[in-house]
Amino acid sequence: MSKFTEYIKGYWNGTGTLLVGLRTSMRVFLRKKVTEQYPENRHTTLHIPERHRATLEMVYDEEGHHHCIACGLCQMACPNGTIRVTSATKEDAEGKKKKYLVKYEYDLGSCMFCQLCVNACPHGAIRFSNHFENAVFEREKLLLTLSREGSVLAASGSK
Amino acid sequence: MNQAFLDYYSLEPLTGWIHRTLCGVMPEDWAVFLEGLVIGVVILLAYALLAVVLIYMERRVCGAFQCRIGPNRVGGRGGLLQVPADVLKILTKEIIRLKKSDHLLYELAPYLVILASVVSFSCLPWHKGAQVLDLEIGVFFVLAASSIGVLGILLAGWSSNSKYTLIGAVRSGAMIISYELSLGITVLTMVVLSGTMSISGIVESQAGGWNIFRGHIVAVVAFIIYLIAGNAEANRGPFDLAEAEQELTAGYHTEYSGMHFGFFYLAEYLNLFITAGIATTLFLGGWMPFHVAGLDGFNAVMDYIPGIVWFLGKTFFVVFLLMWIRWTFPRLRIDQVLTLEWKYLMPLSLLVMMVMTVFKVFGLVF
Repeated sequence: MSKFTEYIKGYWNGTGTLLVGLRTSMRVFLRKKVTEQYPENRHTTLHIPERHRATLEMVYDEEGHHHCIACGLCQMACPNGTIRVTSATKEDAEGKKKKYLVKYEYDLGSCMFCQLCVNACPHGAIRFSNHFENAVFEREKLLLTLSREGSVLAASGSK
Repeated sequence: MNQAFLDYYSLEPLTGWIHRTLCGVMPEDWAVFLEGLVIGVVILLAYALLAVVLIYMERRVCGAFQCRIGPNRVGGRGGLLQVPADVLKILTKEIIRLKKSDHLLYELAPYLVILASVVSFSCLPWHKGAQVLDLEIGVFFVLAASSIGVLGILLAGWSSNSKYTLIGAVRSGAMIISYELSLGITVLTMVVLSGTMSISGIVESQAGGWNIFRGHIVAVVAFIIYLIAGNAEANRGPFDLAEAEQELTAGYHTEYSGMHFGFFYLAEYLNLFITAGIATTLFLGGWMPFHVAGLDGFNAVMDYIPGIVWFLGKTFFVVFLLMWIRWTFPRLRIDQVLTLEWKYLMPLSLLVMMVMTVFKVFGLVF
């Protein structure tokens, strides 16, 4: 192919690709905008993916019972020392010593949302929830107690 | 064709009446001076107002092209007060004088840029009989006046005593001087078609049909070349390598602050408007209403829309085209910019001018 025909083809190819670009951007221009207008759409169109890890919470059943056997695996799995499980032992009817959960403390401020604790839990007692609006004015308010007063281990033990 | 509409909206009787009234109460020199003063203030106000409108439009259009909304918080729905707020902010900022800059040139440069922009701005045909500067060689004058801007850019880059500004200025100078060629040639093409260089004359020659329809395919090609070259003249993307943020922070105006920076910013947007306005004048009939031969009722309705609405409407349409181009294409490298001009646009525009001349001579245009 001669230099001149290549040059003429350059005009056509150039114009063609430029028009493709213009068509693409015009399509984007006419498309519905993807911007989330956050505080306004909080109760309407806000979409948080189901698996988004925002804060740790305990799983409670209908009677308000948790599934934690106070084994402390989550506490050991945590790289940041975010979780502190306080447990005590008591004898059950058969005279066996059994651990039970007294207090489950979780420091949101030092959590890095790696989900190692949830993966370590053998009973599915904890999970990450979508409640992402966690900003507070004092650091102390980030120290959360996930266990509830009066809540005991669910009869089934695990989920 | 019935061309009575040409006189329908003319502002000449009004301006003539004002002039006569003023001459009745004071000497003519004073009257002319006073009129000049008022027109000057009006031009500067329109300049500032249009800059605000254009910056707002740019932000919204850019947002839409990137699939987002753009400013919509300040001033209630639509974010209409965002740009006025930014203007107030920039007015309160300090103008910093650099110790090792060339003080005189450093402070002169933004005024040169804004001067070139205001002078070419005054040449736009706003309305029948409402053109501020109407010379016999109006188009020529606009080209000459807008070239002062490149001087300001070069001076700004040189006098700031910084590597970024100097590189930006030299790039911008090389590019603007190159693209002025194909810009000038396409403008000459339309001068050939219209047969006059006066801006009001060009507009009036399009009473029977806009140039882009009269010159059909040749005029369309010329229009496209004009848009590309005009975009480069206004230093806007994809030709914004003079202020390539990633390499040169802000190019030639890196060292400027406050209102001196504001002048460069204003001039950039108004140059966009002027480019679009000249395109409207040359190709889309200036303030001429849209007419379809034969549809008299339709034409009569179109005549009721005042010329300034037509002019602004068409200009903003061209501005939108330019923004569409800007937000679609990536920035060109300096050698690509020069290749595009010298190897492609310039030969093409010369060819277009030749073909247009032949068409005009043999009466192949409408």
